[in-house]
Amino acid sequence: MASGKAVIRARPWVAASFLLPALLLLGALVVYPIGYSIQRSLFDASGDSFVGLDNFKEIFTNDGIRTALKNNLIWIVVAPTVATALGLIFAVLTERVRWATVFKLVVFMPMAISMLAAGIIFRMVYEQNPDRGLANALATTVHDTFAESSGWPDAEPRPGGPLTVEEDGSYLLTEPVTAGTPALLPLVAVPQPQLSDAEPAVAPSGDPGEVSGTVWMDFTRGGAGAENTIDPEELALSGIKVEAVVDGRVVADTKTGDDGTFTLPAEADGAQLRLTSDNFTSPYNGIEWLGPNVVTPAIIASYVWMWAGFAMVLIAAGLASVPRETLEAARVDGAGEWQVFRRITVPLLAPVLGVVFVTLMINVLKIFDLVYVIAPSSSQADANVLALQLYLSSFGTGADQGVGSAIAVFLLLLVVPVMIVNLRRLRRENQR
Amino acid sequence: MTAPTMTAHVPDPADAPASAPAGPQRRPWGERLASLASGSVVRVILVVVGVLWLLPTAGLLVSSFRDPRDIASTGWWEALTDPGQWSFSNYDSLLGNEKFTGSVWTTVAITLPATALVVVVGALAAYAFAWMDFPGRDWVFLVVVGLLVVPIQVALIPVARLFNTLGIFETTAGVVLFHSAFGLPFAIFLLRNFFAEIPRELLEAARLDGAGELRLFFRVVLPLGGPAIAALAIFQFMWVWNDMLVALIFADAGSPPMTVALQQEMRQFGSNFDVLAPGAFLTMLIPLAIFFAFQRQFVSGVMAGAVK
Repeated sequence: MASGKAVIRARPWVAASFLLPALLLLGALVVYPIGYSIQRSLFDASGDSFVGLDNFKEIFTNDGIRTALKNNLIWIVVAPTVATALGLIFAVLTERVRWATVFKLVVFMPMAISMLAAGIIFRMVYEQNPDRGLANALATTVHDTFAESSGWPDAEPRPGGPLTVEEDGSYLLTEPVTAGTPALLPLVAVPQPQLSDAEPAVAPSGDPGEVSGTVWMDFTRGGAGAENTIDPEELALSGIKVEAVVDGRVVADTKTGDDGTFTLPAEADGAQLRLTSDNFTSPYNGIEWLGPNVVTPAIIASYVWMWAGFAMVLIAAGLASVPRETLEAARVDGAGEWQVFRRITVPLLAPVLGVVFVTLMINVLKIFDLVYVIAPSSSQADANVLALQLYLSSFGTGADQGVGSAIAVFLLLLVVPVMIVNLRRLRRENQR
Repeated sequence: MTAPTMTAHVPDPADAPASAPAGPQRRPWGERLASLASGSVVRVILVVVGVLWLLPTAGLLVSSFRDPRDIASTGWWEALTDPGQWSFSNYDSLLGNEKFTGSVWTTVAITLPATALVVVVGALAAYAFAWMDFPGRDWVFLVVVGLLVVPIQVALIPVARLFNTLGIFETTAGVVLFHSAFGLPFAIFLLRNFFAEIPRELLEAARLDGAGELRLFFRVVLPLGGPAIAALAIFQFMWVWNDMLVALIFADAGSPPMTVALQQEMRQFGSNFDVLAPGAFLTMLIPLAIFFAFQRQFVSGVMAGAVK
């Protein structure tokens, strides 16, 4: 490029004075620190005694740092792959839509904001309570659409009452029922607000030709009611599934009505009554996004939210330079859209995809803010990454700058291949 | 049983009947997917994805206008149907909080000099690399390009020590210098490539008119470098404005920039979104304004500089 056609052979002091500020800053704050970090990584926490490669051994043996290393690996594999794939899909899909600019703006916008702001945004999205957190609000909505939620999660048999809790969570009336004798199935512990719509409980009919009974909330405010008796103010528990079981086999089942009563045909005579466990399972509360198990994928998702737009814009630029004629020729030859995409578009885009992927990898390698902000302190150790560990190791109480420097040097080593590729490309351009 | 009846939309009618008698009838699943994609399905997908992408930010914005008690009890979407929940009180109390307003000024005091310094120092060096001949030029430039991908983490410990010695640890000046240094490799790389494209006749003509190097730089090179300098300035501005890590270590914890102030708030009080939501939104205001006003420069800056 420019080399070889320089217009002036500058006097040394002129060139020097143009370069000096930049070289001073780079030398003192970038180049010298590299040397210092390499040297510091070979010394212990105090910086006085030489420990060889012990600090690097620490990276691979210390449990906490190993977690960080493992998470970094997950980050480096998953985040760039997902972001690049989404970017490619978005770029291809928007190619022929007229209002694509709006879509691109929306997806690219998160690039402009800080990781701190993104972190706060996703702290809110991932709030555990489905009434507040968007992610769990969506998760529970989807879940409850496909799985019926149970009616009385808090209801329990009265201790010492006729019902016992079985291993599977169902409640069993141990005495067998007989037709014509009303069965009473008292439950307790249902919070008052859940009973606001409940009707008063009604005593079972006791018709001789059938098994009948009542399931109700055996509790009168103020404690005036008698146990195992349907007192006037006591309320019915409706919609509870009742099964009649003989020798472990269900012979009949039904549900309680609004007044808490149910009737079963005469076959149920002599059976045991069981209130199935799905009446009482606690409601689905969504996923514990920031708990120890999924905190890393959850944070990676927020990263993808920020960076998929970057991938999309670069890939779209690459897509625009794919020659139309090549695509048209392939279509004329009878290739379908998918064939064109897989056999022509993607191979032609390969260099762009590579650049995007490598750029994201370098970026992800140093991920810090998002993890530091989103992971609550209870699961910070599970979400740990190298850059965060470096910060924790190097500053604050109990710091070990030897280990911190070793992590820094390790990160530097990981980007050296990219550095070499950059330099090779530059040399090639200069030789032209 | 034949494939054409199963596909809802055949993009090219010519090949459907012709291939009917012989040959494999089932088109690969990808093919069917692609033909579906050409239609209105794409539009639906894009709308759904677009809404999905907007929701998190919308949630922050809506929450920032809600009473702490509302935030604690219900989701932000409840406010969409209940105008009574909206108020400016969170912003009122945040903007009345001296610590927060102070942090806004600290952010400005860090960002503007760090941007200006990178542009000026970077442009000077880039001009020298592009148009001056001096011993070791290519070699030094190679080093600068090599520094492009150096992670800032490498410098945290050594520079903290160095700044301690110089007495600028935990000062705004230190943060500015750190950001400037790490912005320089990209600045020099970007501007040198741009300056090299300036027609040499322009420079020679100016020299014949007796312009000195400095005059040439300010009167010819800088104005011609406008687009590249704009992209660089916007990129660097956003980078510094949004930074948290460097400020966390090098800024004065007593009067930190906005990102660190909010982070401290979070550490101390947990999820008090009546402060965090408006605070986060205020930090986003300037970057978003720049993003919408200078989309093209921002995109070209990001495209050239995401290597950082």
